[in-house]
Amino acid sequence: MSDRDNVVWLGTPAFPEAARAALADTRLRANLRRATATIRDKRLAVTAELDDWEELRERAAAVKRHTLRHLDHHLLRLEEAVTAAGGTVHWAADAAEANAIVTRLVQATGESEVVKVKSMATQEIGLNEALADAGIRAYETDLAELIVQLGGDRPSHILVPAIHRGRSEIREIFLREMGDWGRPAPDGLGDDPRDLAEAARLHLREKFLRCKVAVSGANFAAADTGTVVVVESEGNGRMCLTLPDTLITVMGIEKVLPAFADLDVFLQLLPRSSTGERMNPYTSLWTGVTEGDGPQDFHLVLLDNGRTATLADEVGRQALSCIRCSACLNVCPVYERTGGHAYGSVYPGPIGAVLTPQLVGVENTASLPFASTLCGACYDACPVKINIPEVLVHLRAEAVEAKRRSRLLPTAEALAMKAAGWVMSSPKGLAAAHRLAALGARLVARDGLIGSLPGPPARWTGTRDTPAPAQESLRAWWRRTKAVNETQGRTTAEEEGRR
Amino acid sequence: MRIALFITCFNDTMFPRTGRAVTELLERLGHTVEFPQAQTCCGQMHFNTGYRPETLPMVRRFAEVFAGYDAVVAPSGSCAGMVRDHHRVVAAQYGDTALTEAVDQVAPTVYELSELLVDVLGVTDVGAYFPHRVTYHPTCHSLRMLRVGDRPLRLLRAVKGIDLVELPAADSCCGFGGTFALKNADVSNAMLADKMRHVLDTGAEYLCAGDNSCLTHIGGGLSRLRTGVGTMHLAEILASTEGDTR
Ligand code: SF4
Repeated sequence: MSDRDNVVWLGTPAFPEAARAALADTRLRANLRRATATIRDKRLAVTAELDDWEELRERAAAVKRHTLRHLDHHLLRLEEAVTAAGGTVHWAADAAEANAIVTRLVQATGESEVVKVKSMATQEIGLNEALADAGIRAYETDLAELIVQLGGDRPSHILVPAIHRGRSEIREIFLREMGDWGRPAPDGLGDDPRDLAEAARLHLREKFLRCKVAVSGANFAAADTGTVVVVESEGNGRMCLTLPDTLITVMGIEKVLPAFADLDVFLQLLPRSSTGERMNPYTSLWTGVTEGDGPQDFHLVLLDNGRTATLADEVGRQALSCIRCSACLNVCPVYERTGGHAYGSVYPGPIGAVLTPQLVGVENTASLPFASTLCGACYDACPVKINIPEVLVHLRAEAVEAKRRSRLLPTAEALAMKAAGWVMSSPKGLAAAHRLAALGARLVARDGLIGSLPGPPARWTGTRDTPAPAQESLRAWWRRTKAVNETQGRTTAEEEGRR
Repeated sequence: MRIALFITCFNDTMFPRTGRAVTELLERLGHTVEFPQAQTCCGQMHFNTGYRPETLPMVRRFAEVFAGYDAVVAPSGSCAGMVRDHHRVVAAQYGDTALTEAVDQVAPTVYELSELLVDVLGVTDVGAYFPHRVTYHPTCHSLRMLRVGDRPLRLLRAVKGIDLVELPAADSCCGFGGTFALKNADVSNAMLADKMRHVLDTGAEYLCAGDNSCLTHIGGGLSRLRTGVGTMHLAEILASTEGDTR
């Protein structure tokens, strides 16, 4: 992992700690609550109106499963088709390689600035920073991405990177920063969404008209035709993909689809899941280079950066099916309250909690798989049916194993779990533990309720009263009152003794 | 029909009254309930926290203890879900084919209470009487793992005297999540606050759910704030009858 790598932002504390700060931010909470609720409702409405929604999800999941199983094959087909259509394909094993390739390609044009279409892959590799090091300015042209860039900020959502900002904050950022990057914000700019959009439009227009190089990501690429697809809703992408002379697309290797016809199902699923729209406003498709039309020099950079390793994990690999719709973020009760920054990665929310640890190693992001109640809302919402809770518990087991391996002494939690495992594996142990707990509770309980306790239990008791364990367990009650089953109990207790 | 009660370790020690309610209810409906004394725990806490090797003995014990019943009933959506969805995963992970087969035999016989009543026993009106204002929280694992749907609500609607009111944003998680409540105590509390707000908005006297773990979390908060709202497991409401003082 290079230090440019943005998959994880170095210096972000573990999730529980980062979340605590976010939870206390009133403005952030209000922005998130409003934004996620709006988009949730929209998504629900447009997915409910399709009778075959579940069928579409199943088909999409099947296409992705198949593609991942034969990824090498489809990538080679893609390379062949893109090359035949006049494009050039580059392979990048990691972020550093991808950044070097893009930098070299831009330098070869003699240009020192590029316009960018919103792209997770280039966020992931920290491309803007790498280009800046080489003296190349990269301009984000997606509205939310522009807000993040001008604000010197980090993205907090896959689709709406500035979801944590309200419009008055955006107005302040525009007024303060736009002048340093190009055309300043108009005098007397208000915080009406239309005014803000107009300011961005004017600011960006001169860049679209001036820049000779564009950098994009890709939502899909069809292996049979070599067609690359970008889905966006502001038209900024269309500008970047058509006006410049040179187009460089950075795409994660998992984005390939076997056939152009597969787009049918994905272009139905994606807009409904992500923005809650029936159809996507700007869907740009291009196949290599077309003489006299659009960029005459096209490069496709295929990025691995941990994906092949993820593919090797039978349970975890399904995370590579993700089409970055962000539905799982919007329905996640944890994300809704903490926002994206707490996840310390360009990939926040439920998908981030399963993807990030796999891309950079679970031992480096051990708190992320635990940043979920396993409520399952993400799995229900996911258009490609990624079983996120399943991957979360799978990664939790890996995180625990990694800890077991790396320490000479077990952690307090591991000891507690071991003890609990022993107790819970035997009826005698459970009964004994119950008697002990019931006795202990008598010391601290008042009117059958345990109030605040000092020390680690405060994490629970600080905000919740807890009933004292019952004086008679069900097991004991049954033995006492249901004589018929007494023999049965004895038989099994004897078996217990023999074991 | 031979029905075994899987009480779950949490209910055994903390809420035996729920187990008594399940027994009373099923006996009232004319069924015999057995309680295998060798039962312990489904292993959910260990599994969900990443302690797989510790889970294995619990999976093995469950498959042995509950083999051969027509139905096993658990008054907990998440424990029933653990057995049905995850015991197989654990058995398979350790390459124990005999255990995997045993799990495949027993897992489909395990039901959460509302499933047993509605799907297996075919009743929605269990003859209960509960003259109180009640709101129902569908716990996440009942809802999205077991897919119990509106079965609990159908059972509650048939209760005589009940004033059942809809819980706003009912399907959002309460923030318990097992060890999540300890590992991410702050987020858990933020979610709890919203759930309590919705419960209070209903004006209910009792919050009902099919899982005492979530109820302990939400009820603990309601009690600490002295809201006066009580919690009650679905089984306890369904077991209540006209003669009760509950
Ligand atoms: S995991 Fe599923 S729901 Fe989440 S962003 Fe990816 S495709 Fe969308």
